[in-house]
Amino acid sequence: MSEAKSSKGIFQVIGASSLGTLIEWYDFYIFGSLATVIGAQLFPADSGASALINTLAIFAAGFIVRPFGAIVFGRLGDLVGRKYTFLLTLVLMGGSTFLIGLIPSFSQIGYAAPILVLILRLIQGLALGGEYGGAATYVAEHAPPNKRGFFTSWIQTTATLGLFLSLGVIVLVKNVVGTEAFNDWAWRIPFLLSILLVGISIYIRLKMHESPLFEKLKSTGKTSKNPLADSFKNKSNFKMVLLALFGATMGQGVVWYTGQFYAQSFLENTCKIDFNDSRYILLWGIAFATPFFVVFGAWSDKVGRKWIMLIGMLLGVLFYRPIYQMFLEKSNRLEVAPTEVLKTDAPIITKQLLPNMPDSTIFSSTRVYLQDGGSFSRVDITNAATTIQIIKDVKLDTGTFWLFVGLVFFQILLVTMVYGPIAAFLVELFPTKIRYTSMSLPYHVGNGIFGGLVPFIATLMVSFPGSTPLSGLWYPIGVALISFIIGAIYLKNKTSVEEADFYE
Amino acid sequence: MSRIKRFLGFVWIILGPLGTIFMLYQAFDKISQAEPSHQLNTALQWGIILLVFIPIAIGLMIFGKYAIQDEYK
Repeated sequence: MSEAKSSKGIFQVIGASSLGTLIEWYDFYIFGSLATVIGAQLFPADSGASALINTLAIFAAGFIVRPFGAIVFGRLGDLVGRKYTFLLTLVLMGGSTFLIGLIPSFSQIGYAAPILVLILRLIQGLALGGEYGGAATYVAEHAPPNKRGFFTSWIQTTATLGLFLSLGVIVLVKNVVGTEAFNDWAWRIPFLLSILLVGISIYIRLKMHESPLFEKLKSTGKTSKNPLADSFKNKSNFKMVLLALFGATMGQGVVWYTGQFYAQSFLENTCKIDFNDSRYILLWGIAFATPFFVVFGAWSDKVGRKWIMLIGMLLGVLFYRPIYQMFLEKSNRLEVAPTEVLKTDAPIITKQLLPNMPDSTIFSSTRVYLQDGGSFSRVDITNAATTIQIIKDVKLDTGTFWLFVGLVFFQILLVTMVYGPIAAFLVELFPTKIRYTSMSLPYHVGNGIFGGLVPFIATLMVSFPGSTPLSGLWYPIGVALISFIIGAIYLKNKTSVEEADFYE
Repeated sequence: MSRIKRFLGFVWIILGPLGTIFMLYQAFDKISQAEPSHQLNTALQWGIILLVFIPIAIGLMIFGKYAIQDEYK
């Protein structure tokens, strides 16, 4: 009876923690997914100023403020407790997301609009930095030692489910109101919706109790007086922070970003797959792969965390290039044989006077339908000097569509391998009194910086002389390989840490 | 295994400054190549990246030092 009660209690803890973390991820992602619309509505038309604000919003929020949030809220969580700290991060995240949805357009309030967006985005980054460590620590400190991987793996599903929810809500709202209304005003709905989700989550979290291990420390007066110094100035702990970063979270971060964000961006921008289709491919991939977070989390309780995470990295190193090569080959519509074409629509011809061009440029767009059920648009762009041809809006035939879902699924499966056990791995590495601070920083440096830099460094590498569209993959492959080597050589394989050791 | 751990420590120590030099070179190259209207933005992007990358490179060197001292046995 008491076991059943205790089991019910832990699932309440997991549910309340996961729901809040899921909402935080949802809030963080909708900004990224709607960056173009936000730019058009809230940023100045001047491309230079707009790009500058965008840079600050994306780079500063992800790379500086997020790790800073990990330190600020980690310290707070180790001083006053986990419950109130991650309640505060939820309020900050939900409040700023809701307020972004209320900001008047640039045409109404001028530069106040982008400045408000920037401030709120930075608060989002700060809150995200504090949330994850709190949720993972809180759940782990409630879990029995032999089920820590299983219980914390539910927290691990939230980042992917948050992405799923944000994509789902955006696609749904866009399909209901239409593209024009969405770009005009309905883009605000996903932001405003956040307040409802956050309200529910705050209500649930308020009813929860403080972590039992932290309570025990507090009652015996053994909490850290200076968690930052104890975490980063104490050699025996700092060396583990570095090991967690270079031997685990760094590789996990690039696998995570490559499997979910780089894949979708590559399909849309390099393979020219239609906007909706590229998102549907990702949504299906996520839907099929998400249960494996829990599978690998639970499995890590039996066989240890180390090799599940490292094999996920190694498989990424080995298979990223073949996977993306297949994406390119199967979506290539530049070389379509006439026998493959079913029909073509009449071309739509438009003329435009482009800057620095003396004559009009002629755009001739033709929709081509293929025998296999796929289609694409071929655009011939002609000016006085040259004619170039571009392909866009590629709709895949059913077989290729599902093949791509399979390839994205495989990449997200690797994400579940590296990400499912990592919360348990991190919390077991550090003592209770400085756990929140110590685990939050390597997690957010690994994910926010190494992972968040995937699109930037990949684009940089594609710009090198002699590069190909696949050259950008050398960044995640290289980082994952270094992390694999460090992890394989320096990490110990632990299945669980006994409660006494965990407490110390 | 202890010997490999310590030997690789030298690799991590070297990798830190090498990575920093590569990033600095790329930053100067990309900022100088950027069109005048985009130069400030490119400088800002690279400034942020260097700001976060250099402490990480130093962290990698410290990690290497600990490895040489056999702290991870």
